[in-house]
Amino acid sequence: MSQNVFEGTPEQMNRLLACIAEHRGEAGALMPVLHEAQDIYGYLPAEVQTVIAEELSIPLAEVYGVATFYSQFSLNPKGKHKISVCLGTACYVKGSDKVLAAIERELGIRCGECTPDKKFSIENCRCVGACGLAPVVIIDGEVYGKLTERDVAGILDKYIKD
Amino acid sequence: MTREQLKKLAAEKADLINVRKIVREQAEKLAKNTAYRKQILVCGGTGCTSSHSLKVIEQLEQSFKELKINDVLIVKTGCFGLCALGPIMIVYPEGAFYPHMTPEHAKTVAENHLIYGGKPVTGLLYAETVHEDGSIIPFSEIPFYKHQMRIALRNCGVIAAESIDEAIGAGDYAALCKALFEMTPESVIEEIKKSGLRGRGGAGFPTGIKWHLTRIAQGDKKYVCCNADEGDPGAFMDRSVLEGDPHTVLEAMAIAGYAVGADEGYIYVRAEYPIAVERLNIAIAQARKYGLLGKNILGSGFDFDIHIRLGAGAFVCGEETALMASIEGHRGEPRPRPPFSAQCGLFKKPTVLNNVETWANIAPIILNGYHWFSSIGTEKSKGTKVFAVGGKINNVGLVEVPMGTPLKTIVYDIGGGIPDGKAFKAAQTGGPSGGCIPAKHIDIEMDFDNLVAIGSMMGSGGLIVMDEDTCMVDIAKFYLEFTADESCGKCVPCRIGTKRLLEILTKITEGKGEKEDLEKIKEIAEHMKSSSLCALGQSAPNPVLSAMEHFGGEYEAHINEKKCPAGVCKSMLSYYIDPEKCRGCTLCKRNCPANAISGTVKSAHEIDLKACIKCGQCIAHCKFGAIVKK
Repeated sequence: MSQNVFEGTPEQMNRLLACIAEHRGEAGALMPVLHEAQDIYGYLPAEVQTVIAEELSIPLAEVYGVATFYSQFSLNPKGKHKISVCLGTACYVKGSDKVLAAIERELGIRCGECTPDKKFSIENCRCVGACGLAPVVIIDGEVYGKLTERDVAGILDKYIKD
Repeated sequence: MTREQLKKLAAEKADLINVRKIVREQAEKLAKNTAYRKQILVCGGTGCTSSHSLKVIEQLEQSFKELKINDVLIVKTGCFGLCALGPIMIVYPEGAFYPHMTPEHAKTVAENHLIYGGKPVTGLLYAETVHEDGSIIPFSEIPFYKHQMRIALRNCGVIAAESIDEAIGAGDYAALCKALFEMTPESVIEEIKKSGLRGRGGAGFPTGIKWHLTRIAQGDKKYVCCNADEGDPGAFMDRSVLEGDPHTVLEAMAIAGYAVGADEGYIYVRAEYPIAVERLNIAIAQARKYGLLGKNILGSGFDFDIHIRLGAGAFVCGEETALMASIEGHRGEPRPRPPFSAQCGLFKKPTVLNNVETWANIAPIILNGYHWFSSIGTEKSKGTKVFAVGGKINNVGLVEVPMGTPLKTIVYDIGGGIPDGKAFKAAQTGGPSGGCIPAKHIDIEMDFDNLVAIGSMMGSGGLIVMDEDTCMVDIAKFYLEFTADESCGKCVPCRIGTKRLLEILTKITEGKGEKEDLEKIKEIAEHMKSSSLCALGQSAPNPVLSAMEHFGGEYEAHINEKKCPAGVCKSMLSYYIDPEKCRGCTLCKRNCPANAISGTVKSAHEIDLKACIKCGQCIAHCKFGAIVKK
């Protein structure tokens, strides 16, 4: 795996410290802090986990343990455009696996990976609850429903040109 | 806010809400008591906003400005349930039901129906709600709604989801008021016990007993928790309650706090539900402002407040001890029980935990009494159950029916049957912990015990319908992929067992299955059931065991004949082009990512079986149905 260089800005660090200050002393503060840290940086690099561990007086091993336990926390940066394919049961029986395969083919990466130009990353999710639109793909928060593998290229084109 | 102020506000808002609840003629009379000539309800739940219902609202506002309409109220509600028709818009008092709304359609409706003296746009109405003579059938009388009974979902799709005033007008917080001023904590618990309410999250444990055990537990501090970590993929009733009527959950948690002696509550909600989280935050802030949460609620001397904690995508956190570990800021790993949460739960204090749908049943029980509730349902399963009906079914959506309603009613009468005239093969309930109900059991009366008797379970109420094109080996493999992925890894039977089962199922779907495999599956499953730490591992083998029991022939076909009868498992199939049907349009050839198709324009094409990667692109692109899987 390629080593990612940490490129955090002082402004991001200030936001992180402010968020930690807000939660310090609260029971079970680690989870909300990790959520906000991921919002600030887009992922949870080792440098950020170290700051959280020191500031909250929690062993780094424990912070790392929690960060790696939950699938929504990512230790690697994600692409500019985040593609999330629902593999919940309702979407799966309507062919979301084929839609995912088509996206992987179009972008030349596998689920869980990021394109070399950092433009796209693909992940799967388990049910967003829009089962009436199955199968569903979410790109940067925009929901695309009732997809077939034929729709994939057209949708991705919009983002490729961007 | 005092008790009297609450009652006054409820009375002021009641007519406005009731216009949306009753049949036309009376509603039209009631509407005259309100400031609005008409009310437009637009679904603002996840399903409909995903298909841009918010743009419909914007367009309506814009049109109203242009047409100078100022006596029509636009209400952004939670889910109406019939998600397959989204975005949905309903016009009261006539109860006109407009499906598949777009901004253009909204403009047409505004210009023709919503103007003074306007008439419904018949062409845009849901066809099932229009008589031949053009008059409207109230949507509550169409098959999808007619067979339902809404208790937990009573306010979803009825009230403005972000308005505490409307929630109060619809009756929210009246039960809390009754409990605090007219009932003792013991009598609240007694009422819930006698109602026969069982937990809607999966295990079906009697709610009243859970509360009683927490009440009698020793502790200086107690907690009330709400499990909103709806992890079963395909179940979305909890999300819909939170999006449509968040106050009913807050109210019920406060009632439980009063009953068990707790002053603090936590809601653990999936981070994948941004709208639900936002509405919960809004609802909590509003309730605090009105003094319905916080210190000295309604002047009763009772204190109760609620915090929200977001999950982070771990299915195991639906298990109670794992959920509490996660709220405490740890890895969401379960621990052995006893001690049970009622004695030693969140932060090691006595804790009562119920899921969202269970909470949504509490206020109606307190208000209407246990007699009413226990008269609904079957002998051991009282009340109603919400099912999230999805998969190969026409009316995908949320359905709330009395316990004991036959599956057939849900699939055919309410669900509208299977698309494209295909045959019903099975329904999966209970998600990754449940099993399948085959066609021969379609008359089964759906309640906790009947489902367990045929090897499935109620679970949280996901109900995925499968047709003849679904392979029962593949679907079992799908569930095992899920549980293997979500197993937390703490105990060996689950960690290793899910992995081994998945390996065997993968082998079978790849055409490498051996006769002994079925025995091996049963043996591993037995160990997992008897020795896993939590319900995730104990129930993970259910999908494969139940599929083997009801569809044994399909497993044998995969193993003995190396055939997938449903035509799903790729390695046992080959793609061919039927030369009779092929018109030589070259579309398949151009779209084949493996360059496995040869042929020239207007002559039949051919697939090179060695080069074919069986991706199915050719089938997806062929307009003549010329490509077959054999």
